[in-house]
Amino acid sequence: MSMHREEPASFAFSSDNEARAKAIIAKYPAGRQQSAVMPLLDLAQRQIGGWLPRIAMDYVADYLGMPPIKVYEVANFYTMYNVKPVGKNHVQVCTNLPCWLRGSDQVVHACKKTLGIGLGETTKDGQFTLSEVECAGACVNAPVVAINDDYYEDLDEATITRVLEALKRGESPKSGPQNGRLNSAPLGGPTTLKGGA
Amino acid sequence: MLADKDRIFTNLYGQHDWRLAGAKTRGDWDGTKDILAKGRDAIINEMKASGLRGRGGAGFSTGVKWSFMPKEVGARPHFLVVNADEGEPGTCKDREIIRHDPHKLIEGCLIAGFAVGAHAAYIYIRGEFFREAERLQTAIDEARAAGLLGANACGSGWDFEVYVHRGMGAYVCGEESALIESLEGKKGQPRLKPPFPAGVGLYGCPTTVNNVESIAVGPTIMRRGATWFSSFGRQNNSGTKLFCISGHVNKPCNVEESMSIPLKELIEKHAGGVRGGWDNLLAVIPGGSSVPMITKEICENVLMDFDALREVRSGLGTAAVIVMDKSTDVVRAITRLSKFYKHESCGQCTPCREGTGWMWRMMERLAEGNATIDEIALLEEVTKQVEGNTICALADAAAWPIQGLIRHFRPELERRVIARQSGGRAA
Repeated sequence: MSMHREEPASFAFSSDNEARAKAIIAKYPAGRQQSAVMPLLDLAQRQIGGWLPRIAMDYVADYLGMPPIKVYEVANFYTMYNVKPVGKNHVQVCTNLPCWLRGSDQVVHACKKTLGIGLGETTKDGQFTLSEVECAGACVNAPVVAINDDYYEDLDEATITRVLEALKRGESPKSGPQNGRLNSAPLGGPTTLKGGA
Repeated sequence: MLADKDRIFTNLYGQHDWRLAGAKTRGDWDGTKDILAKGRDAIINEMKASGLRGRGGAGFSTGVKWSFMPKEVGARPHFLVVNADEGEPGTCKDREIIRHDPHKLIEGCLIAGFAVGAHAAYIYIRGEFFREAERLQTAIDEARAAGLLGANACGSGWDFEVYVHRGMGAYVCGEESALIESLEGKKGQPRLKPPFPAGVGLYGCPTTVNNVESIAVGPTIMRRGATWFSSFGRQNNSGTKLFCISGHVNKPCNVEESMSIPLKELIEKHAGGVRGGWDNLLAVIPGGSSVPMITKEICENVLMDFDALREVRSGLGTAAVIVMDKSTDVVRAITRLSKFYKHESCGQCTPCREGTGWMWRMMERLAEGNATIDEIALLEEVTKQVEGNTICALADAAAWPIQGLIRHFRPELERRVIARQSGGRAA
């Protein structure tokens, strides 16, 4: 694994994350703390600001008593671990079939145009990284873009542009369907479950 | 059409309160202690009698699967693992259960866990469902605080805990043994079977792995009875089912319907019909990206169940219906799926690691017509060599969509090749 320029000199969990890590390990049977490697790597990634330098992987390996190579394997197998820095807003456009059928090409185009970068690139100010991702699992609300922990759904060129412009201004645009519908109910109102609870 | 009174997921669209108080008004956690008091065998027999077949895609009887667990708990504890690693393109039903009806899933975990002799359940949820995982954890905490989980859950005398474990982006972890590997803190690479998880699963212990929907319908089946559940759908295909209708329809949506509903009725009643009208339909992938597509001609009459779709050489899979109208470049559509499977191959088995990449590159060429006619047969032959020769079904899932394309759209593939050879534009 190559060392990255921005590699920090040291890493340790914050006291909040230290407490979270202990609670996570307690979810698994005694002696099975290796099960916590994925959530602990995620904690480390969040603490660092969206990516996993090798020093953090080594820290997690030591924390769980695992050989570092086993932790590197995990960090490199799962796509949600970023082994190089990403922007403050990680814009992840789904281009799999259900999204593509409903215009993900136009959504990708709008992202590139609004952010001035291509897929896999980060803006110079470090605010945005644009990625193509596989199926987000929200296919009846296609096209879908995940930005950090939130899904933006039922997008088109105009609505994704509006979301990205809002993020540029430092706002927190509302996530979920952008065409006014209720979650995964048909647009215009459900055909079932129209009564009360 | 299924009546609302017979729908299980009454908060499917999140129109009501998802928390414990709201869930209870919809009937969740009602008499759970009495259900458990019936005993393990009675619960398993009721689930078998209901005819419920696994909702994650394979369609194996849920009750029979539970019966594979050892009758007595020995030195090794038993585990229940819930597969919430929803990622089959087209599929987005478990997400709705988790964020709008989480208590159905949690109560289902207790009933299933008790039935298989487990004191702990791990719900493995895909990492991208971050908000959904937060909500699920909140619901678990509520249930625990109310004494529905934890020591002496629901006053049943059975201790039971439910834990959430987030994945981090790997489609292959939807395969049960890869999921177990991942839960143990490793790369998610499928295990050789046998041994099956019921013998050697999580931490080498007896384990049952079920899909979210299979577990979440359990409490309602136990309350309303196997006869009620099996009254929907055709013999051997019983129950209600969540359908996800995406692609070229006027109103894409999720909906709970009776099994064996005609595909045409499903699309026209709930999804606003095909964009541009029924006659503008080209093809449908009826069960998530892994199953072969079917043409409009088949769609006219086919029923949405396991057996009817198998008869037309496709499958119900996850009941994720991807609709493509006549504007679709159908070769490009399947090429996109080939790219997906190439990306998601875990690399363990050579036919899959090499085959998914080879098939994708060949599809890219065919989409442009940059191939010879003979290569269509070669591609088909390669899909058959990949199929069935790997540890898990990911390679089969990569092969089947291409086989469906060649079966139904060979003339279009040939047209592109000929057009390119004669200097025209292929696609």
